[in-house]
Amino acid sequence: MIQDRYQLAFKLYPYARSADQDAAQPVRHPVVIMGGGPIGVATALDLGLQGIPVVVLDDHEGIGQGSRAICFAKRCLEIADRYGAGEAMLDKGVVWNLGKVFHDDRKVFEFNLLPEDGHKFPAFINLQQPYFEKFLVDRVRQAQADGAPIELRGKNRVDSVETHDDHVVLNITTPDGPYTIEADWLIGADGASSPLRGMMGLDFDGRVFEDSFLIADIKMDNEDFPTERWFWFEPHFKSGASTLLHKQPDGVWRVDFQIGWDVDRKHELQEENVRARLDAMLPGVSYDIVWTSIYTFQCRRMKQFRHGRVIFAGDAAHQVSPFGARGANSGMQDVDNLGWKLGLVIGGKAPDALLDSYHEERAFGADENILNSTRSTDFITPKSKVSHVFRNAVLDLAEHHAFARPLVNSGRLSVPCVYDGLSLTGEDALPGGPARSRPGSPCPDAPVPDGFLLGKLGGGFTLLTLNVDAPDTLDEGGITIKRLALSDVSGRLVERYLGDAQSAVYLIRPDQHVVARWDRFDDAAVRAALRRATAKG
Amino acid sequence: MPLNTQPNLAKPDDFYAQLIATHDGLSEDESASLNARLILLLANHIGDPAVLQEALNTARAGAA
Ligand SMILES: Cc1cc2nc3c(=O)[nH]c(=O)nc-3n(C[C@H](O)[C@H](O)[C@H](O)COP(=O)(O)OP(=O)(O)OC[C@H]3O[C@@H](n4cnc5c(N)ncnc54)[C@H](O)[C@@H]3O)c2cc1C
Repeated sequence: MIQDRYQLAFKLYPYARSADQDAAQPVRHPVVIMGGGPIGVATALDLGLQGIPVVVLDDHEGIGQGSRAICFAKRCLEIADRYGAGEAMLDKGVVWNLGKVFHDDRKVFEFNLLPEDGHKFPAFINLQQPYFEKFLVDRVRQAQADGAPIELRGKNRVDSVETHDDHVVLNITTPDGPYTIEADWLIGADGASSPLRGMMGLDFDGRVFEDSFLIADIKMDNEDFPTERWFWFEPHFKSGASTLLHKQPDGVWRVDFQIGWDVDRKHELQEENVRARLDAMLPGVSYDIVWTSIYTFQCRRMKQFRHGRVIFAGDAAHQVSPFGARGANSGMQDVDNLGWKLGLVIGGKAPDALLDSYHEERAFGADENILNSTRSTDFITPKSKVSHVFRNAVLDLAEHHAFARPLVNSGRLSVPCVYDGLSLTGEDALPGGPARSRPGSPCPDAPVPDGFLLGKLGGGFTLLTLNVDAPDTLDEGGITIKRLALSDVSGRLVERYLGDAQSAVYLIRPDQHVVARWDRFDDAAVRAALRRATAKG
Repeated sequence: MPLNTQPNLAKPDDFYAQLIATHDGLSEDESASLNARLILLLANHIGDPAVLQEALNTARAGAA
């Protein structure tokens, strides 16, 4: 029997018997993904769009109810856009720029994310996680119709695995009983409590935060509340030690109360008790409760994201506190990073060692996210008296003194990390080039004559040339680099890619990170950088 | 520039008296808050991360 562990918002992949269940011998698949959350489905899209057959196994038949993530960052949307799902998210999402910070009954200050122009996507959108996931699954359906070899199998629960040097055996339970398949590669995208980690006896160490948060997503037909992020430290209405109010689509608002460690979850989740907190905060306002939940969190990661033929991604590999919206956002960067590497290794175009760089780069990213979200958490929920005193001193000063405002930390919102100095990152030979597009960085978007730069980069390696000549294609060890030529560049492109230089050549990876850059085309240097970026150097 | 641990206050007795007087009439908790605000103001004024780190280390050396 397979019992649902949560209710579904969208039933998108109902159980259907697969031919594998009737096969005499376990069928072998190139890639199997365990877990059909956002990270599993996005991985399937990345690989499937490359033409690599992939099977996703999920123990439910669709997307869980309850929003969890609401804040999706620019880089995450850019990645989704690479897979063809970004525009649907942007259309549905709520764009916000203004945030207000309160302490007790005083507004301490407000901030504006000051969106920079010349990007296809804004710094953030708010969107209920089930929509985010649904747009990914919708895109899978479209890709399947176009021939992408992706299979989503609902109510397929992985119960055990046997790992071998060159494959993994998976034992699966379905409503029709058990069956077994094999995978050349297994991706563990089975979430924060990853059963796969447990099956393999792998560690997941980190720090537990002793606090609970009560989420209430409420629907208000009240346009008086602006599209802003409001955060209270020690609010006068006393509904929590801190409280967040943030707008989502469909007239829904996320309210998040910090309610302490020793709480009786059942009691707190009773509607009248949730309403008591909400009514104190929103006196006289009428609302419907859409979803409630209590969460606690940890900041931790696996020591190794790769274990031979098994690779972990998303919450299964790392978990952060929600402050800063770094969970799904960083999981999508895992997918972006893993997809092309696995594609090249499966295609025999890069050595197996390329996959070790997945751990190197994404564990580096996870550490950065854990550091940031731990710092936010320590500010929001001070763990000692002196820490509390300093926190409130910062808030007191911030009201009147600009210097203290950057110290206020109600969540440092997710930005992608730069792979500075890591194994695949090549040379910076562009004197005067802007820091933000240095080797290791994700390419900043910019307007180009008919659209935006990132949309022109394509799925392979790109040689971006600005005001300088180079061959249209280059072949190196079975990999083709395609040139994207821009001439007479001005404005944002100069600011983001040339700086003080007159011309530039960028070698860009399939995940849109810069490998290396130069002030002119040098055939040998480009080839060496490509070898380095594919672990052949 | 390293942390200056040589005498730098023109009128040390005056400053010391001002510092104590600033806390007049405050409860222990209020004084702790005042000290925290004072540290933050001074730290921002100094700015230099190396100097601040040295000051933190020097202050900590006096504790367990
Ligand atoms: C309150 C809260 C707020 C958050 N806010 C944000 C935010 O604003 N922005 C952000 O980026 N992130 C946020 N997050 C984090 C975000 O929700 C997660 O990072 C994200 O869901 C991780 O996706 P995933 O695919 O790795 O895992 P999951 O979404 O957990 O998916 C794992 C999947 O694996 C399946 N599975 C499990 N076991 C098995 C098995 N044995 N066999 C088959 N399938 C299995 C599960 O059913 C599930 O479908 C928030 C999280 C919380 C709790």
